[in-house]
Amino acid sequence: MVLYELIDYSTLKMIWWLLLGVLLIGFAVTDGFDMGVGTLLPFIAGTDIERRVVINTIGATWEGNQVWFILAGGAIFAAWPPLYAISFSGFYLAMFVVLAAMILRPVAFKYRSKRPDPAWRSAWDWALFTGSFVPALVFGVAVGNVLLGVPYKLDPDLRMTYDGSFFGLFSLFSLLCGLLSVSMLVMHGSVWLVMRASGDIARRARRTGTVAAGLGILLFALGGYLVSTGFVEGFRITSEVDPNMAANPLAKQVVTEGGAWMRNYAAHPILWLAPGIGFLGLVGTLLLLQTRLEMLVFVFSKSAVFGIIATVGVSMFPFILPSSIQPEASLTVWDAASTHRTLFNMLVATAIFLPIILVYTAWVYKVLWGKVDEETIERDNHTAY
Amino acid sequence: MMEFDVVDLSRLQFAMTALYHFLFVPLTIGLSILLATMETVYVMTGREIWKRMVKFWGTLFGINFVLGVATGLTMEFQFGMNWAYFSQYVGDVFGAPLAIEGLMAFFLEATFVGLFFFGWDKLSRRQHLAATWAVAIGTNLSALWILIANGWMQHPVGSVFNPDTMRMEVSSFYDVLFNPVAQAKFVHTVSAGYITAAMFMLGISAWYMLQGRHVRIAKRSMAIASAFGFASALSVVVLGDESGYEANLNQQMKLATIEAMWETEPAPAAFNIVAWPDMEGRDNLFAIEVPYVMGLIATRSLDTVIPGIKDLVERSKDRIRQGAIAWDALQKIRNDADGVGEDVRNTFARNADSLGYAYLLLPYTDNPMEATDEQVDAAAWSTVPNVLPMFYAFRIMVACGFFFILMTAVFFYYSSSGQLDRLREKRRWLLHIAVWSIPLPWIACEMGWFVAEYGRQPWIIESMLPTAVGVSSLSVTEVLLTLAGFVALYSTLLVVEVTLMIKYIRIGPDEDETVGDTRATSARPLADPAPVPAE
Repeated sequence: MVLYELIDYSTLKMIWWLLLGVLLIGFAVTDGFDMGVGTLLPFIAGTDIERRVVINTIGATWEGNQVWFILAGGAIFAAWPPLYAISFSGFYLAMFVVLAAMILRPVAFKYRSKRPDPAWRSAWDWALFTGSFVPALVFGVAVGNVLLGVPYKLDPDLRMTYDGSFFGLFSLFSLLCGLLSVSMLVMHGSVWLVMRASGDIARRARRTGTVAAGLGILLFALGGYLVSTGFVEGFRITSEVDPNMAANPLAKQVVTEGGAWMRNYAAHPILWLAPGIGFLGLVGTLLLLQTRLEMLVFVFSKSAVFGIIATVGVSMFPFILPSSIQPEASLTVWDAASTHRTLFNMLVATAIFLPIILVYTAWVYKVLWGKVDEETIERDNHTAY
Repeated sequence: MMEFDVVDLSRLQFAMTALYHFLFVPLTIGLSILLATMETVYVMTGREIWKRMVKFWGTLFGINFVLGVATGLTMEFQFGMNWAYFSQYVGDVFGAPLAIEGLMAFFLEATFVGLFFFGWDKLSRRQHLAATWAVAIGTNLSALWILIANGWMQHPVGSVFNPDTMRMEVSSFYDVLFNPVAQAKFVHTVSAGYITAAMFMLGISAWYMLQGRHVRIAKRSMAIASAFGFASALSVVVLGDESGYEANLNQQMKLATIEAMWETEPAPAAFNIVAWPDMEGRDNLFAIEVPYVMGLIATRSLDTVIPGIKDLVERSKDRIRQGAIAWDALQKIRNDADGVGEDVRNTFARNADSLGYAYLLLPYTDNPMEATDEQVDAAAWSTVPNVLPMFYAFRIMVACGFFFILMTAVFFYYSSSGQLDRLREKRRWLLHIAVWSIPLPWIACEMGWFVAEYGRQPWIIESMLPTAVGVSSLSVTEVLLTLAGFVALYSTLLVVEVTLMIKYIRIGPDEDETVGDTRATSARPLADPAPVPAE
């Protein structure tokens, strides 16, 4: 059976690169506002009832949102095995910190309201903060490190050795990316709270969202400046590459050079749309958050998340994980994918299930939609978090 | 003082995180189905008491569910974190079921679980019932895909090793999906989940009966738990037998160590009820045997011979020698992929099935082709997992299984003959046994995991890739740090979970009709069978 040959291997690799983007953006757009809300929780709400309002704006839906993260992990494993292997073992301790923080989140949501004791509730509030802020920061730092190149080597068996340390992950540029990620998600979470909460909380959220959007513009621009001026070097393939090649990352030549991450924009000016949408989203949120156009602002905020993540993707293409100490071992779209057959099978599964997921997720959001305030919490005292 | 290396520590961490995860998962799998069943009764009969049962057991479900989700996060990522070479080596095959699990199952489960808890007042009865079933189906499908992945590690079908990409690649996705080992494991594992939930429900209901509290809810819960539990207990034992049969076909070493069967016996082989296996002396210090039983279970025939450990080790020696030839050809292909002749590639292809066995020599020599007889002997004996824990873990699991059949049958008898009240008066000891049995399904599940996964050692992929080769290039310090971190975090959360569980069991179901649902009609007396019209 050669059904899978219906689609070219190189096309499938491209599709899976796009799908990787869809999954990461899906995660950042949906679970992103959960993380933003969790990060804001201890600061934006003082009393217990206010905190319950904030938590219950995301309480019923965050769990489904988090599956984007799990699915992204599974899909990277299936479609880009070396990326899965190298990134998670390379960022080993950072990944542990993220997991430990994220493990706190489901438990905090569920257990917080199970006892009235203020110390108990405050402890879980900080667990929610940790489970939201830490991943938001570390994911950004990780993306910064990917742009800089990760210090790993591959031997001919394709066994990876990593030559960095946990603290080595924190450089000026990667911290900038981490802060951008936090600002972006805090902005997104604020916009969510403006939509779903009311009164004082919504008022404070307008303020935090505006500040975060402003900060986001500065950091995104500064990041772009550092990359375009060559302060952050990019990577470029210098040998001939066959997009249909079997996946072995050691069969190419790569150099690092300043400005290499800008080459795609020069070759295809249409790609400027990605950072353009990012800036438009940030600016739109900044300008309109004080108005009543809540749903429109949410669209802007989502566009900002989309544009910023897409910018990273298109700047690096075809690289997905460059190596700073053995550049020719960098992973690219062409040489780090699964087989033709697996990519095709996984595409079929995704084409069937992703639309279904989107439909029922939309329905669940519709059912649970509505403002959450102190009255609704008191009315549903037993069921609410 | 034992010296740990990265492999031991990574294995310990994987075992620890998986065993913890598996404390929560079986209850989620079983309770989700029980909740959906109870809610179906509610929607069909309209009796409020069933809704209160769903809400009460649902509260306990929720407390357990979140820890399953939380610990499951680690499972999705630690293949990459601690088993990077394994991930690169088999991702083409092994990653797909994990990704499909997310797409098809976990999304469904996690999205609708929010509606299960928060949708009571926002959905019609039928819509809410649909949400509950979506959670139950999602949970069970999730188990299916995880066990397809695990089944492939036990019996790697539908795949070949590609020397140009240095990894195993899918040759038939169909074979991976319909792997008989995966199918048997799936039904065995979800049945174990059903039993866990049934024994949990039975035990807590028995406690209420002993206390004379919530008796109406307890009796109904017992009726449903014992019926469901009895069917599942039969299924878990029968499908466990199916697993044993499949193991005989492709994991003979696992079977031989479970039975502490050192020598090949004439068919049909005897079953050791009790034995004291001695790894050093390669024999049992003593054993009590039942003739024929083993042969019948494992081969379903009277004349098929089951090989003993020593014969299997001899077979491994042949495969190690064969694997060395494959390994040697692989080095030549790798050194000069384009220039190497067809003959070398053919040599590799002929022996590629045994390549994994050559890796078993790597702890003893750098060049498997030059291995001495002693080295081959040592490598071949490394294919034998420690027999004693295998032998007893298996027996504890099986004893629990038969005990569950007995317990659920007894309670099923009392509930179906309408005599549960008699238990409260005359047979209180039975209720006490039910309460004290609550931990047993967890013990059985953990033992089952141990037999399946420890019994696979030294392989991470049976006969294809040794566990030690699959590990990431990490330092002992790094793995020690995360191991300590996971143990501390998980243990704290487990204590919190059990405390909350006990608290909410003590509080018990909500007997006040007016709380929780403004549309609730008053509970009808038991004698009144008139259904409330569905919305």
